[in-house]
Amino acid sequence: MSLDAVRGDFPVLSRTVNGRPLVYLDSAASSQQPHQVIERVDRYITQQHSNVHRSAHTLSGEATEAYEGARAEVAAHIGAPNPGEIVFTRGATEAVNLVASSWGSAFLEPGDRVLLTILEHHSNIVPWQLLAARIGIELDFADITGDGRLDLDHYEALLRREPRLVGFTHVSNGLGTINPVAQLTRMAREAGALVLIDGAQAAPHLKVDVGAIGCDFYVFSGHKMCGPTGVGALWARSGLLDAMPPYQGGGEMISEVTTQGSSWAAVPYKFEAGTPNIAGAVGLGEAVRFLRSVGHVAIAAHEADIIEHALARLREVEGLRLYGPNEASDRTAVFSFTYGDIHPHDLATILDQQGIAIRAGHHCNQPLMDRLGVSATARASFYLYSTRADADALCEGLGTAAQLFGGIAAPPAS
Amino acid sequence: MPTPPRPDRAIPAALSGLYQEVILDHYRRPRNRGQLEDATHHITLNNPLCGDVIELMLKVAGGKIEVARFMGRGCSISLASASMLTGRVAGQTTGQASEISAEFTRLLHGDQAPLADARLGDLRTLAGVSRFPVRIKCALLGWNCLDELLRPESAESE
Repeated sequence: MSLDAVRGDFPVLSRTVNGRPLVYLDSAASSQQPHQVIERVDRYITQQHSNVHRSAHTLSGEATEAYEGARAEVAAHIGAPNPGEIVFTRGATEAVNLVASSWGSAFLEPGDRVLLTILEHHSNIVPWQLLAARIGIELDFADITGDGRLDLDHYEALLRREPRLVGFTHVSNGLGTINPVAQLTRMAREAGALVLIDGAQAAPHLKVDVGAIGCDFYVFSGHKMCGPTGVGALWARSGLLDAMPPYQGGGEMISEVTTQGSSWAAVPYKFEAGTPNIAGAVGLGEAVRFLRSVGHVAIAAHEADIIEHALARLREVEGLRLYGPNEASDRTAVFSFTYGDIHPHDLATILDQQGIAIRAGHHCNQPLMDRLGVSATARASFYLYSTRADADALCEGLGTAAQLFGGIAAPPAS
Repeated sequence: MPTPPRPDRAIPAALSGLYQEVILDHYRRPRNRGQLEDATHHITLNNPLCGDVIELMLKVAGGKIEVARFMGRGCSISLASASMLTGRVAGQTTGQASEISAEFTRLLHGDQAPLADARLGDLRTLAGVSRFPVRIKCALLGWNCLDELLRPESAESE
């Protein structure tokens, strides 16, 4: 189905880059924002800005209402029954750090295990490594199969080591693989572990229902789902947040402070020390409303069409090696590839000169890159405003790269 | 036989300036690539943002660089620059090599004057990188290795 009207909502898509119309294929790194979000943030700043939960005046009341309204929108977006289970963070990264630091420090003991997967973004690896260095927990990593899916046998085997927490990504940012999150969660809970899901690449594209998945923590970022940067959310199962100690101390998160000590505010405020990113949260709330107005079904249908078309076109390009699931199902519109012996950074520069924005590098996925035996890939990622023509432009741009390099050769031995 | 979808597509001028034949030749047929068993100086630097890695090995005797070799992985710019480096600094004194490094760095930051410096040789074909600010660090990775190795304190520690 066509979402041409939706495309018109994104002002940046009408600009040119290096004299060519912009072809933006880096939405998995950061998505663009529609005018609805831009205008809502603008209205907040020009009409409503004030501190939240502080003052008796009208602006503070409006700001608080907008901020809490956004929390309710965000909760509804992932099927969370209670907005009070949503903690606003700077993004998915801070949300994982919050869980590792607060829950991990309070409930894990030396020798306890945390099970992750080789598909994880650095943001769901490094916070656990920091915790491991601090309190001596052990980390395990579940492997993938040849086509970039989680190896369920290996995952099951590692669950027998009785991890206290299992963390996995809902959708791989490097390969686009959609993990069977409900199944993985069920297996982990049967093994007695809590489950944290990194939803940064899923919340923008898929219908997420944390209740149906059955997980304990779910994290995501606003700027990958048409919202602003610097805002994201942690959802935690009811009761978990109550039992966790504060992550940071400061204003907003307290009940009472004396020179002798302090008591904490109720959740979620216990975890929101300091004046929050109000404009960001308001923008994220508007982004959620925008995505809902387009509709999950329409987004999924549009992206399925793009995936099918892009896969077919990319497979026609001789010398191009695509990583990740081969079928159009069980994947999002994220395509990691190498192209002959042309290094991904060279591809990115050559494509950029033709107005085409892709990502090149390790995508904050170094363990995955090591597993794939490459130091970097080129990655083209599409979203609801992308078109079939974008995929065509990418393939033409690759042709220019091959021409510039005088044809392509076999990849260099590493 | 590779068949690009549009072989006759016009190539933006900045790109032809960047990817000159001599650069692609150094990328695909790197000079002095390999280990140097009797190296007196040895360093590996990476660029954490992009994952490029260059390992530079020098054999220095009597203040003169007798042999330079490199290993590594990266884009055409970083590997071609490192390949050219090994050719330019071999036979030079450490002081002369440092001067070449400084001149090349100036060139990459947009100063045209070093183009007249014959000591730079084929390194001058990398001048086009100055138009691509995010790629300058690629071209300098090998030279950062050299600068680290030739810092006075490094030399004393050898």
